[in-house]
Amino acid sequence: MQLASSKLRWFLAMADFVPVFILVLLSTGLALLVLLISVLFGPRRRAQNATKLMPYESGMRPIGVAQRRLPVRFYLIAVLFILFDIEVVFFYPWAAAFRALGWYGFANMLIFAALLLVGYVWLWRKGALEWESVDKS
Amino acid sequence: MTMAEWALLVLLGALSLASALGLLLSRNAVYAALFLVLNFSVGAVIYLLFNAPFLAVTQVAVYAGAIMVLFVFVIMLLGAERLAPAENPPGLAYQRPLAIILAVALLAVAAWALLSGAQIEPSPSVAPRPDSSPQAMGMWLFGPYLLPLQVVALLLLAAMVGALVLSRKS
Amino acid sequence: MMINSTDVVAVLPFISVALGSVGLLIADLLIPAERRHVTAWLAAALLLTAAVIALSLLGSPTFEAFGGMVISDPTAFFLDTLICTIGLVTILLTLRYNQVRGILRGEFYILLALSISGMTLVTHANNLLILLLGIELLSIPLYVLCGIARPRLESEESALKYFLTGAFASGFLVYGIALTYGASGTLSLQTAPAAPNVSGDPLLLIGIGLILVGLGFKVAAVPFHLWAPDTYEGAPTTVTAFMATATKVAGFAALLRVLHGGLPGMESTWQPLVAIIAAATMIVGNLAALAQQNLKRMLAYSSIAHAGYALVGVAAHDTTSVVFYLTGYAFTTLAAFAVITAIGSSEGEEMQFLEAYSGLGRQKPLLGAVLAIAMFSLIGIPPTVGFIGKYFVFQAAVAKGLVWLAVLGVLTSAMAAYYYLRVVMVAFIREGSAAAPLPTPSAPRNLAAAISVAAVFVLGVVPALLLSMIGNGMLSTTP
Repeated sequence: MQLASSKLRWFLAMADFVPVFILVLLSTGLALLVLLISVLFGPRRRAQNATKLMPYESGMRPIGVAQRRLPVRFYLIAVLFILFDIEVVFFYPWAAAFRALGWYGFANMLIFAALLLVGYVWLWRKGALEWESVDKS
Repeated sequence: MTMAEWALLVLLGALSLASALGLLLSRNAVYAALFLVLNFSVGAVIYLLFNAPFLAVTQVAVYAGAIMVLFVFVIMLLGAERLAPAENPPGLAYQRPLAIILAVALLAVAAWALLSGAQIEPSPSVAPRPDSSPQAMGMWLFGPYLLPLQVVALLLLAAMVGALVLSRKS
Repeated sequence: MMINSTDVVAVLPFISVALGSVGLLIADLLIPAERRHVTAWLAAALLLTAAVIALSLLGSPTFEAFGGMVISDPTAFFLDTLICTIGLVTILLTLRYNQVRGILRGEFYILLALSISGMTLVTHANNLLILLLGIELLSIPLYVLCGIARPRLESEESALKYFLTGAFASGFLVYGIALTYGASGTLSLQTAPAAPNVSGDPLLLIGIGLILVGLGFKVAAVPFHLWAPDTYEGAPTTVTAFMATATKVAGFAALLRVLHGGLPGMESTWQPLVAIIAAATMIVGNLAALAQQNLKRMLAYSSIAHAGYALVGVAAHDTTSVVFYLTGYAFTTLAAFAVITAIGSSEGEEMQFLEAYSGLGRQKPLLGAVLAIAMFSLIGIPPTVGFIGKYFVFQAAVAKGLVWLAVLGVLTSAMAAYYYLRVVMVAFIREGSAAAPLPTPSAPRNLAAAISVAAVFVLGVVPALLLSMIGNGMLSTTP
């Protein structure tokens, strides 16, 4: 009986993800379709000279390499994004069990959030969220 | 597990392995990052198959989402989209064969452990398969796992301070 | 399940240090940049408070809390006291040293306090999840602290090497925990091997083996020691002093929690393994130290060698002797580092090479004496604590029938005398070179040296004082 009910729950949980699977199938299919269409109907010219390969045949000649190095401040923002993203992940199960957890859960979530809020205020006051100019960074 | 689930698991395992190999072998860092996305996504589906929907969603949100952004940023930061062919320093030529031997040994030991283990699935008395819906996760996190949860907040705090110290001039 | 006052008391040192470090974060915003030493003193006050709290809890009986996640026994509270005291002494060392090198920053003390909070959690870990989180919480701030002297190249190198090997070690730890969980279905250290048909399961054995590899990295035991010399050499000396002492203690606390406090009935499985690692660590650490000309690097190998001696006690399943040994080692090493932080030009260039110490004993007799006492204690010459520590550890090994390990320990100690005595020779017998810089004066650093030297002698003469505090060691709660 225990086994049967857990099996049932599994199927019910899976049922929730059927739209996700359909979405994945649709988006993959659409991407393939677009590629297929452009292969079928796009012009295919054999002649490949330097002018043809340029991004704009009539525009400026590209200068330098396209792959520029980015300043490290992007990285700081990305790391901070991950940290707060992980914080949000912990909010989700709390919200799902909000009623059952009651005020006790609320108080503990408050402590959790307060710890990170202190960190956020610290980062803010230290200027981590300022977009400092390149020569300063 | 039913036959269909086994088949799906084998398929996903093969896909996971293939994407991991693709990640290791591709010389272009952007392709490697895309293989990593595939690997993370396959992992999410495997979690789903093992009745852990919350973990699956977290895997997509944190790993395939946030961590991948970080990887791509690093690739852009270094301007190292293309990797030069690896050259072993002359003194360290022994490292590659040694690494292969050790990896094979580890694999053999792991296979031996799995095959010779008394039970592959722990008996229900030892490990009742926990309910891992988000609601149940909430009850776990704010019940018996409250202390680890708050330690995680401290860990994130330490990472915040560290990130700023290492990326900024004082 | 609601938490109650017992839960809070069980990890009170951890909670006070953790909340205190959040307080330091707020204080850091309010204190103006030119008065950074106020943050340092606040951190020192915080650690003193935590040490006193832990000390006052020494008498409490053994109990579990947070549903068995953590355990509290006299040994755990003693280790908390020790770690907080080491942190306190480290802060005394930093005041002058960090100021000269421009790293007297609020973040330094916040990270130090966060790292210590992780250590005070590891000492109470009764669950593999808490163990992992505690080790991560102590490691992550340390990676940053190693690199805090950015853009000094050696500091960056130190941080990178420590981070890469540390992350690798965490990987081993997580794999080991996963396999242990897979084999037993529990993360509790008490019940993991007790589950039916599990204690001989190869999956569990591999899991525990991987956990040992991960912890071996953290305590820098051979063959997982290769990161230590470069990391210790490149990091700011105050951070090195902290890593060589507090991190070592916390790493051993984790080992003791897993092997002595947990995994009941598995001693025969891990004992030969730990004994072999101990032997390798003693031999390799001492042999490599013989060749070093750089004092910081020599102390790095010395810390590896001393991890080997402590591992002898771990193999002998004698918690008290291990904790005693670590206490003695920590204070001795702090005394040695107090001298190293003192020697250096006011521009921040460090004098790490042995040559710079020639004539130190004549020019500055007190500083030279501290260095000599530290070296004598590291060799293990009575009446210093180094002698008593080694005596306890070797005695425990003999009592367990590991006579070969004790003999090896004595032999390598005799070998170690060569490189420790060489430092004393250089400082006292060789003529002072003109290039040798005069130490920068600093009252807090002198206090730190005085505390360390006093501990070396007091514990060396009346070891019973400490033994009564450590208690009977870690007893697993399941019979």
